Amino acid sequence: MINFGYTRVSTHKAAIDAVRKDSAAQWIAGGTNLVDLMKKGVTTPEKLIDINNLPLKDIRKEGNKLYIGALALNSEVAENELVRTQQPLLSQALQAGASQQIRNMATVGGNMMQRTRCPYFYNTDMPCNKREPGTGCGALKGFNRMHAIFGTSENCIAVHPSDMCIALIALDATVLVTGPKGDCRIPFQNFHRLPGDAPHKDNTLERGELITAIEIPDNPYQKHVHYLKVRDRSSYAFALVSVAAAVDLQGDKINDVRLGMGGVAHKPWRLTEAENFLKGKTATEATFRQAAELVMKNAKGYGHNNFKLKLAPNTLVEALKTATVKA
Amino acid sequence: MARKKLPHPPPDQQPHEGRRNFLKQSSILTALAVTPASLLKAAELKLDEKAATYFEQVPLSLEINGKTHKLSVEPRVSLLDLLREQLGQTGTKKGCDHGQCGACTVHVNGKRVLSCLSLAVMQDGKKVTTIEGLEDGDKLHPMQEAFIKHDGFQCGYCTPGQIMSGIACIREGHANSEEEIREYMSGNICRCGAYPNIVKAIAEVKKGGQKV
Ligand SMILES: Cc1cc2nc3c(=O)[nH]c(=O)nc-3n(C[C@H](O)[C@H](O)[C@H](O)COP(=O)(O)OP(=O)(O)OC[C@H]3O[C@@H](n4cnc5c(N)ncnc54)[C@H](O)[C@@H]3O)c2cc1C
Ligand code: FES
Ligand code: FES
Repeated sequence: MINFGYTRVSTHKAAIDAVRKDSAAQWIAGGTNLVDLMKKGVTTPEKLIDINNLPLKDIRKEGNKLYIGALALNSEVAENELVRTQQPLLSQALQAGASQQIRNMATVGGNMMQRTRCPYFYNTDMPCNKREPGTGCGALKGFNRMHAIFGTSENCIAVHPSDMCIALIALDATVLVTGPKGDCRIPFQNFHRLPGDAPHKDNTLERGELITAIEIPDNPYQKHVHYLKVRDRSSYAFALVSVAAAVDLQGDKINDVRLGMGGVAHKPWRLTEAENFLKGKTATEATFRQAAELVMKNAKGYGHNNFKLKLAPNTLVEALKTATVKA
Repeated sequence: MARKKLPHPPPDQQPHEGRRNFLKQSSILTALAVTPASLLKAAELKLDEKAATYFEQVPLSLEINGKTHKLSVEPRVSLLDLLREQLGQTGTKKGCDHGQCGACTVHVNGKRVLSCLSLAVMQDGKKVTTIEGLEDGDKLHPMQEAFIKHDGFQCGYCTPGQIMSGIACIREGHANSEEEIREYMSGNICRCGAYPNIVKAIAEVKKGGQKV
């Protein structure tokens, strides 16, 4: 690994100033993504600003919202009593990600900011518009088994790898941000972005903007939730396709439903059309199948990932079946 | 190695090149005595953002297996390399060096983490336990005994990581069934495929109810 400078900060202001003043400086939280990328030479900051001393580890109830600090560890959030009882879908999604060792290091903010696992992005000998704009997308006509089927552009077909974010998009979370221009709140839906012609930008944060927390509004999704992750081995692997399903069920009737899909797009994919279709309907496999067909309308395979065109709807149906039988 | 593959930035974007070359020759670990006093003071006071950024050697105080070490390391040194290369504690293994195998699992402040993805400088003031810190005098830790009894390894390369992870798995309360053990041990890969015996060893220690 190349050498770099290291500083610790303990106030938001110091954290923001440090990266604003120095375009080659970068924050480090758990380090599980950044250190890996630095070892590979994919990311080469000249200075790391350690933000772990910032007071952002709280998990608490604030009015009718659950507040989770950006430095709360993935394992602590997953096992937190408030999270498990009030937002069990988030707990399930976190448990499905990485391994306990990594969850003990990884933070909520870092999880949202983690980069794609596209092998062309990781290999500095390969073209990649995300790593080096203008070099082309190696995956487009290359080995693209893990890649996106929704919202792609000819510049990038990478997927966002997070499990946690799939639950957060389904649960209508809000991202709390502070930066050089003050504080702002970003709806989760608007946090990550599609590649378009700027795939080097994963999200809408501007330089110097620090995630301080996420908030999840209270909801009726405690009983009938399920995070289903399909992967190459049963644990410790990234999703081929995953579905976060939260259903408000009354008898057989779907009062309301929230759906997110992972492993299929450059951003956590919210299935709004399917949600609208399912509202008020009876929970049967046939209805779920119809909703899945709606979801797949604009899907596009790139060769090696064509199997996702079948896997995605099947995963959605299975997740809904499991969510709606669970008591 | 990785750096060579990078396209060369124009000369004006290489302000630290000279220093990097110099650093390659300097030893990674130097005695505390040569660390500038001003840096030490800043670290003690935790007024970190006011101190100059550390580029070369960062003072670091760490408790490893009960013993306090006052060290000085480059920011790029991982906890794994610090243990193995600088302190000669080679019990902790390097498998992939990228977070994908679990061979480097150690406990930091009681939690299992991957030492290959942990920067040593970020562990300042923390307590690290490695496989070398488990035995009590001549007595092996119950988990070590159980791995021997159940043949929980073949080549043994993944074993220190498996044992550190297995102990944490019980302490966390994630060893209540074989299924749960498998899920919570999934971060430790064993290329010899000793999984069934590893699971048996952990399940037995859990059942025995000994303090781990
Ligand atoms: C082997 C392996 C397997 C994995 N498997 C999975 C998986 O199955 N599912 C999954 O979801 N994830 C998985 N991960 C990824 C893991 O979840 C992420 O690496 C982790 O969440 C990143 O968090 P961190 O705190 O370590 O981030 P860091 O590595 O510290 O930082 C990542 C990025 O976030 C930025 N950042 C950190 N905090 C903030 C903040 N508060 N505001 C703004 N920017 C910030 C940093 O500057 C950096 O650019 C895996 C990782 C590994 C190594
Ligand atoms: S060496 Fe750390 S996980 Fe493989
Ligand atoms: S015993 Fe050989 S890798 Fe596990």
